[in-house]
Amino acid sequence: MADFEVPELKEYPVIPHIQEGTMAHSKPFVAKEQFQEPLGFPGELVDNWQQVAYDKMEELTGKYRSLAVFLDSCVKCGACTDKCHYYLGTSDPKNMPVARQDLFRKVYRRKFTFAGKYFPKLVGAVDLTKDVLDDWYSYFHQCSQCRRCSVFCPYGIDTAEISMAAREVMDSIGVGQKYCNEIIAKVYKIGNNLGLPQPALVDTLEGLEEDIEDDTGVKVRLPVDEKGADILVVTPSADFFAEPHVDGLMGYAKVFHEAGVSWTLSSHASEAANFGMFIGSYENMRKVSLRIREAALDLGVKRIIFGECGHAWRVAYSFLNTLAGPFDFLDPKYPVPMHIMEFTYDLIQRGALTLDKSANDDMVLTYHDSCNVARASRMGPKPGGQFILPREVIKASCNHFYDMPQDTIHEATYCCGGGGGLLTDDLMELRVKGALPRMEALKYVVEKHGVTHMAAICAICKSQFAKVMPYYGFQMDSIVSVHQLVSNAIVLGNKQ
Amino acid sequence: MPFLTIVYALLFYVATALLVVGLASKIRQYAKTPAPLKIPTTPAPVTRTGVVMRMFRELVFFESLFKSNKWIWIFGWMFHYGMFLVLARHLRYFTDPVWTWVDLIQPFGMYAAFAMSAGLLGLWARRILVDRVRYISALSDHLMLALLFAIAGTGLMMDYVTHTDIVAVKAFFRGLMVFSWQPLPQDPVLLIHLALVAILMIIFPISKLLHAPGVFFSPTRNQVDNPREKRHLSAWAAELEK
Ligand code: HEM
Ligand code: SF4
Ligand code: SF4
Repeated sequence: MADFEVPELKEYPVIPHIQEGTMAHSKPFVAKEQFQEPLGFPGELVDNWQQVAYDKMEELTGKYRSLAVFLDSCVKCGACTDKCHYYLGTSDPKNMPVARQDLFRKVYRRKFTFAGKYFPKLVGAVDLTKDVLDDWYSYFHQCSQCRRCSVFCPYGIDTAEISMAAREVMDSIGVGQKYCNEIIAKVYKIGNNLGLPQPALVDTLEGLEEDIEDDTGVKVRLPVDEKGADILVVTPSADFFAEPHVDGLMGYAKVFHEAGVSWTLSSHASEAANFGMFIGSYENMRKVSLRIREAALDLGVKRIIFGECGHAWRVAYSFLNTLAGPFDFLDPKYPVPMHIMEFTYDLIQRGALTLDKSANDDMVLTYHDSCNVARASRMGPKPGGQFILPREVIKASCNHFYDMPQDTIHEATYCCGGGGGLLTDDLMELRVKGALPRMEALKYVVEKHGVTHMAAICAICKSQFAKVMPYYGFQMDSIVSVHQLVSNAIVLGNKQ
Repeated sequence: MPFLTIVYALLFYVATALLVVGLASKIRQYAKTPAPLKIPTTPAPVTRTGVVMRMFRELVFFESLFKSNKWIWIFGWMFHYGMFLVLARHLRYFTDPVWTWVDLIQPFGMYAAFAMSAGLLGLWARRILVDRVRYISALSDHLMLALLFAIAGTGLMMDYVTHTDIVAVKAFFRGLMVFSWQPLPQDPVLLIHLALVAILMIIFPISKLLHAPGVFFSPTRNQVDNPREKRHLSAWAAELEK
């Protein structure tokens, strides 16, 4: 099935010994000019690229305290070395978080620190040569910006911040990644990552309305661009057609139907994901975010709710207010934005939904905490709500639920292996290998509790798992949306 | 005035100046650099008080490290808190009369020096034996441990092997503080000990020892998790809105 070796699932997770260079060949396609320019980046490697890169590094360390502090503070204690799923899955030492940071740090030291300028050998400082740049391109596209390393570092050093900075430096000299930059350009042009234009969106949603009616006999609406609706729903565009995402979308629609609220999608902001974060570009992230503000103003809504998506929820929860706020034109009774899980959980708490758990009796479930929901956001008023709410919604919708081992869930959750702008076919080997720790944890509950399905609330996780699970002998449809479970269990028309 | 006394007196003035100026400028840089986005590693406290408690646990218990690796934690904690006690114990060379609490910790200071050394050796052993940690170590990482171990070692030697005239040492340092130089005893072990300490002070602001101020400025640890409640906007980001 693959032209690389799929790692074996071990009984107990083992920390591999280092094997240098095993992933040096892994590189995503480079963005061509037409995908660079709409984002404001040069189309190809600029002539004086070294100097431009140094200038950019200096600019970024002056703009981001995280970068400045993290580059100086690492003591090489090694606590993070066994925490990255890409290291665990590939054994390549440059996939250890600290080693990944060091690719950037050694250039920073050479140019901007006393020790690196005068004693480069002593502290391992080097110039940004073509070889170093190649390493950057390779290994900064082997980080899914999942922040697992940050949890375990005594100073909270977040390799994601460094990867983002490195990608921004590379973009600024004309070496961008095709997958991310092409997608961002599509959002600017059409409004979503898939390039799904408004008429196609309307069509798709009508189709879904028919499906629900055929299935349940109830007319549940999936409105788009409806002025005067109360709630703007922003969801990842994969929700419009991919499996199992679309079952989740039908779930949201049924929940809104039962709640009796008026809501709408927007064709202008038909994308929750914000790839501007993956490439570390504040400007691009802001530009994508502003579309949501524009849509909210244009449609005259009172609230904004986000669908199931991980990195999207990070940008929405943590950054949206900063990037596209203030949202003083929305109803102050509700947090801006809200997560669909907060909305559904609240209804369940109030007894406003009738859920028939037995509708999901053909499944034994576990739940995958998506990295950016777990470690870069919150749900509900209390810290850790992001772990509780989805589990409570799942448990209210099914009879059989088991968690994976403690050290692989909640804030210690493993990334699916496809986050951070790596969900592209040209990185398939990396994606498969990076999924190893999650697959091991899943195997454990499959064997111990007979788990048949894993639920997730992130578009990237869902697509990634659907693709890589077969490599490990799991069915591709054993990944489900949380709102798919709700959709199966919900009894419509009960609470009018 | 013996030549060596002059050399050491000047050395300590220079080292102190470099340490203070270097650290101050780094702290200034960290404080002035904006954190444009909310990036606390969640679950994170939702109040300022909560953040203070989180930082307290990080500083006192090395909480994240505890979750992460018990060996590094135990060695690291022994080393740092050993060193902290040893440093506190050294205050008796700078205060007159010696503060009561400094007097009280004197006996513990002895154990602390051993704990510090054992911790350092444990960390060093990991750096050499664990292939992952060996891979990420530069020469400077080994030298840093060597330097600290040598400081602790020469200090312990003066306690147990070649005693020095600590009354004179105290007079030397008290003298430095008021610019009235007193002769420094010429014991080789003492001279080595002090030279190494001066080196440590000089490299502090230009090495990874910057983790000490850095930990206070780490946005993933010191930010309040309240982005929805309160709009967070840095000055350069506000410029983009114009
Ligand atoms: C705010 C005060 C400080 C805190 C919270 C702190 C915390 C830490 C932590 C958590 C580690 C990683 C674990 C370990 O390797 O021990 C570490 C490493 C280290 N610290 Fe500190 N530290 C502080 C101050 C200092 C000072 C003042 C020095 C030296 C004079 C120092 C020297 C070192 C060294 C050399 C290492 C690396 C040890 C190795 O090579 O493995 N630290 N520190
Ligand atoms: S845990 Fe933090 S300080 Fe330790 S090596 Fe990793 S990044 Fe550096
Ligand atoms: S952020 Fe995640 S993918 Fe990146 S180095 Fe850290 S653990 Fe690995």
